Amino acid sequence: MYKVIYNGDKEKIAMKDAFAAAIEKLIEMDPQVVYLDADLMNSMSTTKVRKKYPERAIDCGIQEANMMGVAAGMSAAGKKPYAHTFGPFASRRCFDQAFLSIGYAKNNVRIIGSDPGVTAAYNGGTHMPFEDVALYRVVPGAAVIDIVDSVQLEDVLIKTKDRQGLTYIRTPRKNSVAVYEAGSEFEVGKANEVKDGTDVTIIAAGIMVAVALEAAAELAKEGISAQVLDMFTIKPLDEAAVIAAAKKTGAIVTAENCNIIGGLGSAVAECLAKNHPAPMRFVGVNDRFGQVGEEGYLRKVYELTPEKIIEMVREVVKLKLQK
Amino acid sequence: MTSLKIFAAQIRKAELQEFKELGFGHIGGSLSITDTIAALYGEIMHYDPKDPSWDKRDRLVCSKGHAGPAIYATLALKGFFPMDWLMTLNKPGTRLPSHCDRNLTPGIDMTTGSLGQGASTAAGLALALKYDKSESRVYLIMGDGECNEGQVWEMALFAAHKKLGNLIAFIDYNHKQLDGTTDEIMNMGDIGAKFASFDWYVQTIDGSDPDLVAAAVHKAQKEQGDRPAMIVLNTIKGAGVPAVEAIEFNHHITISPEVADEAIAALDKVIGGV
Repeated sequence: MYKVIYNGDKEKIAMKDAFAAAIEKLIEMDPQVVYLDADLMNSMSTTKVRKKYPERAIDCGIQEANMMGVAAGMSAAGKKPYAHTFGPFASRRCFDQAFLSIGYAKNNVRIIGSDPGVTAAYNGGTHMPFEDVALYRVVPGAAVIDIVDSVQLEDVLIKTKDRQGLTYIRTPRKNSVAVYEAGSEFEVGKANEVKDGTDVTIIAAGIMVAVALEAAAELAKEGISAQVLDMFTIKPLDEAAVIAAAKKTGAIVTAENCNIIGGLGSAVAECLAKNHPAPMRFVGVNDRFGQVGEEGYLRKVYELTPEKIIEMVREVVKLKLQK
Repeated sequence: MTSLKIFAAQIRKAELQEFKELGFGHIGGSLSITDTIAALYGEIMHYDPKDPSWDKRDRLVCSKGHAGPAIYATLALKGFFPMDWLMTLNKPGTRLPSHCDRNLTPGIDMTTGSLGQGASTAAGLALALKYDKSESRVYLIMGDGECNEGQVWEMALFAAHKKLGNLIAFIDYNHKQLDGTTDEIMNMGDIGAKFASFDWYVQTIDGSDPDLVAAAVHKAQKEQGDRPAMIVLNTIKGAGVPAVEAIEFNHHITISPEVADEAIAALDKVIGGV
């Protein structure tokens, strides 16, 4: 059960603090849980967890490839590892280790990549993962989750504790726009309808859910009723929800904070092409590298804005009416 | 002739039966590590062929995953699965793939094949067992060429820093990698000294004698304290089969039934005590 409380305000708690609290809770709730990091505990508010539980919160140093292997080995010994580093280092930097030692070898590891897409902001292009979603989508059996807010982060971290195989979770570190009421619960693999609507469906994930809700409010003023789905589980995609939306509204716009190639837009398009073709448009990063800048500036540069969603919605609704 | 040397001959014979049936394979590096595997399964490791996932067992990670056929021969001889499985190596639907796979083969503790990765997974196993206060040990086999990989050196730092005194690693220093000698392709220099400088407990021995390998492991267990241990094995790629030893590039080669049979006949003499 979840309840939407979106009004455009940010949460009072930073995502990194919610993460640290959830990790501590997990360590206390299950003796097999271990948390690994690659010298970024201080960036994730988890240093205090390491001091309290030195054998459960393990700093691996700046060795992402080794850390993924260590996590795999600990899983093979019965542990339930959560391994965190910044998104690019949690994906492309150690991709073969994650793919083989965890995915192919059927070890059970949760990989958390923080600062997804433009939220890497001042760390710039080297630290800005637009491709992590595509990379992990092609790992057979992997789950790929793009987090909306701290309420979802805590619940998803706990819900995936016993998930088999590789689970990739991307999450911002700073304060997110509040979408869900505290205590809301989520089912991995199931989309949440965060706003009802009849003319178009905006399928969003991560930070773009709040942007989609903002766009939907504007669209209402011009008489377009937009349904908004939070597709926080990009893989396995909730195909039933996508098909139901296409049948209901007949027009789809996706919105994501990553490269459209291989991302949420690709996943939704694959599903629609196979099951229920419908007019579709994509909002997301269009085959570009990252760059440095303030997050608001970057959202404009990469067109991750309500304005862009509104433009795409108008196009897709027009297409639908021409059919 | 000691029982370990006879066991090593039995393993080599079973390996050659696998390769003879298939006609090709990673023959050089499977043969060079055979004496160490004989020592591990013949004397050192605790395991139960009837319960391959027994939680008190010692773990072996063969990070040079292409030496799988040597381990499969050993596991079959020890009763983890029937000997006739050895005739299925790399065939459709086999449980004995070219590179080790923990999900396919009873007794294989870790999936390996992309070089360097087994090093880290072994460290992860050792860390988890250490924190669980388990008495199980982790044995790790790496190739010399494998040590070209940066991940090996990440693990070398990590294992020493985390004081993995339950980890014993081997380098099969047969001095050859796929493209030529290690001196020629990527000179590893004094590899023992390199690990010693990372604060590992290091020994360098003749890796072609399983009794010497077993003795070195016993010594490491006694002396390593809270340091990971490294045993550098001076070996010969293709060891025990002169016709294979003589081939310059013998990483992945074909083998004729005649060559295999000749080698098996020679090994039968060792096994039979002739």
